[in-house]
Amino acid sequence: MLLTPYRVLDLTGPLGFSCGKILGDLGADVIKVEPPTGDPSRSTPPLLRPARGEPQSLHWLAFNANKRGITLDLENPAGQNLLVRLVKGADFLLESFPPGSLNERGLGYAQLKHRNPRLIWVSITPYGQDGPYQNFSGSDLEIMALGGAMSLAGEKDGEPMRVTVPQAPMWVGAEAAMGALTALAYRSLMNTGQHVDVSAQAAVMAALAHAPAFWDLNRTNPERAGIFLTGRSVTGAKMRMFWPCQDGWINFCLYGGAAGRHANRQLVAWMDETNSAPEWLKQVNWDNFDATAVTQDEVDAFEAPIGRFLSALTKQEFYEGAVKREILGYPVHTIKDIYGDPHLAARNFWTEMEDPSSGVRMKYPGGFALINNERLRVARPAPSVGQHNEEVYSKELGLSASEMQQLRAAGAV
Amino acid sequence: MKDALQNLKVLELGGYAAGPCIGKYLANFGAQVVHLESQDRPDGFRLQYPPYRNGKVGLNLSGCFAFFNDSKYGVTLNIKHPDGLALAYRLVDWADVVIENMRPGVVARLGLGYQTLRERKSSLVMLSTSNMGQTGPYARHPGFGTQLSSLCGFTHFIGEPDGPPQFIYGPYVDFIAVAFGGAAILAALDHQRRTNKSVYIDLSQYEAGLQFLGSALLDYSGNGVVEDRAGNRDPAAAPHGCYPCRNGHWCVISCWDDEEWTKFCHAAGQPSWLSDERFHSLSQRKQHETSLNKLIGDWTRDMDAHAVMALLQNRGIHAAAVNTMRDLFSDPQIASRRIFQEMEHPEMGLHHYRMVSYQLDETPGGIRRPAPCLGEHNSFVFQSLLGLPPEEFQRLQEQGVFS
Repeated sequence: MLLTPYRVLDLTGPLGFSCGKILGDLGADVIKVEPPTGDPSRSTPPLLRPARGEPQSLHWLAFNANKRGITLDLENPAGQNLLVRLVKGADFLLESFPPGSLNERGLGYAQLKHRNPRLIWVSITPYGQDGPYQNFSGSDLEIMALGGAMSLAGEKDGEPMRVTVPQAPMWVGAEAAMGALTALAYRSLMNTGQHVDVSAQAAVMAALAHAPAFWDLNRTNPERAGIFLTGRSVTGAKMRMFWPCQDGWINFCLYGGAAGRHANRQLVAWMDETNSAPEWLKQVNWDNFDATAVTQDEVDAFEAPIGRFLSALTKQEFYEGAVKREILGYPVHTIKDIYGDPHLAARNFWTEMEDPSSGVRMKYPGGFALINNERLRVARPAPSVGQHNEEVYSKELGLSASEMQQLRAAGAV
Repeated sequence: MKDALQNLKVLELGGYAAGPCIGKYLANFGAQVVHLESQDRPDGFRLQYPPYRNGKVGLNLSGCFAFFNDSKYGVTLNIKHPDGLALAYRLVDWADVVIENMRPGVVARLGLGYQTLRERKSSLVMLSTSNMGQTGPYARHPGFGTQLSSLCGFTHFIGEPDGPPQFIYGPYVDFIAVAFGGAAILAALDHQRRTNKSVYIDLSQYEAGLQFLGSALLDYSGNGVVEDRAGNRDPAAAPHGCYPCRNGHWCVISCWDDEEWTKFCHAAGQPSWLSDERFHSLSQRKQHETSLNKLIGDWTRDMDAHAVMALLQNRGIHAAAVNTMRDLFSDPQIASRRIFQEMEHPEMGLHHYRMVSYQLDETPGGIRRPAPCLGEHNSFVFQSLLGLPPEEFQRLQEQGVFS
């Protein structure tokens, strides 16, 4: 696997889990380090509610897969010594403590880097290590607000919206993985590690696409528009994106460009097969359709019969028809629909594994890419508390049975 | 001082967001990135989407194109001309990695597919990114990222439970694939450096996007629960919402335990909320969340959003102003991290580009140069980087190879 030679110490909380998960998917040996009593976020909802055993955080289970797990008490001197020993053998350390708090314990990057000058130290925080917001609290909600993403979602006159499933931890984890591997490229040249400081507020700005450019170039401020697509036509016309159908919603929108014109023509042909295309719609020459110049009246006229046609379809009928006819659009999938998608099944996307604590078998999302036609492996479920202590401390770090006994007695592991 | 990616050479085939934005991230840390277009088929972002400088549509006036292509070199080649294709192959020989995001099958048809390129270059690293991946029954569907966010489940998760799904701005999933694709490329290059082996990455944006919904996926697989959109609510916090402020602005506030709730009521000057028995515990606050949100909204309504943030954050309570695009340009934290960096573009003049979220202390990244005009660097790339003699360059130019 691509990153097989590398070891990652993952000291992060929920904001940073996905960074180590990505490095683990790419083949690195990722060791999740948590307090001896277990990471408190193991009980944060939404929860897996197994028939036997304790409820467990689904976020924890999803984003600590492909990691081994050890316990270590960072408040305890023996635990701190142990961390230093682990640091000597690590290539990456990932952490998401409030800025400065590891320094106070003598465990900051500045204090530990001489123990392993090749170490790449990745700090993942809501706003970054410095600056006026450095000590501000930030959950997904605050980060999505300050990063600008919420202002672009929701009804025009209603409240700005976040995505219900927290996205800030995903964005910052993924960008942190890129930052970590950028530092690895430098290490391979210069044989030296460095500090990678990642801001979740800045990371979610990747999700804004080019929206900031509207303000920057022309001093127009993009706004949320509910179910409509705006900012495409110079006339200010808005195109509807979401259409009710028999069993949910369909995402379809009138586009211009070669692909859009082809799609619109194909949709009308499909409507015609069911006798639901009015004669005037069949006469439209889509080659002349210019989405950047179209007026609201024209859009409204097109959309009325299209909406009637879509309302008679099921999501799956639309999906199959859209793929077959090269129409631009997709059903609005629920999670259940996603599990039923035949395309994902054909690409062997899912990986079934048993959670070690509860014995529950789940279908996990598989590795995020195919490498030389083989899917990146999600090879192990998230560890139970201290599941790999013996393996890591005794077999790999070489601690004797009596040393282990002492550490346990001291509450260090 | 050196650049982290100073030795890295990247060739991009394709356009729009998902491919080019990866190259931008690499270029920000010193990689030499060549964005290949043609006069016949310029990058679709150049002409198909606003904004344009002063609203004037033009190949070199697109803010949308510029935003994902800073710090690169732009070249044009007519690869239907045999000499144009030959030069494309020389660019492949020059590059360490080829990134393409055309519809599956298209690069192969153009003579630039992985199998062909690998025969030329046994240690090639190549990434193909597309909506649905290179294989599978729906692979060739020509979908857009703005709609893939629905197939991926994201739009299902925005809005009120009893209302319609809401649009998520732009090609959301494209950018998810950018981060995953960039990480995969850097990992593949490291592997190639150690083993000299070629790596081909097939990145389905759909599959990359689903990684961002991991907990909701397991909720269905493990519990049989189909999670639904929940407005701005969260199962672990109350309040957890978005509230109106003065002048059409908004703020968000969340309290994650009883201690934070208590601090919040004091900070807001509303001790009566503490004695209200509807709000004693998290589960009670969840049960009466609509009433709670109304009370908080009445308190914030006449306040400045940034004043709410400062008041609450200074007391350790989760709160933030909702930044619009305009607000981002005056946000002090964004400014302190130098996220927006200004460059002088030959046709668009001074404007801003977005720097990425990670800062490297030994090798700081940055915006290196403005986005290229169409074919701007033909002479530099083909003569200086590839070593084409001036008379040869001239001859090919006259034959329309660089069109």
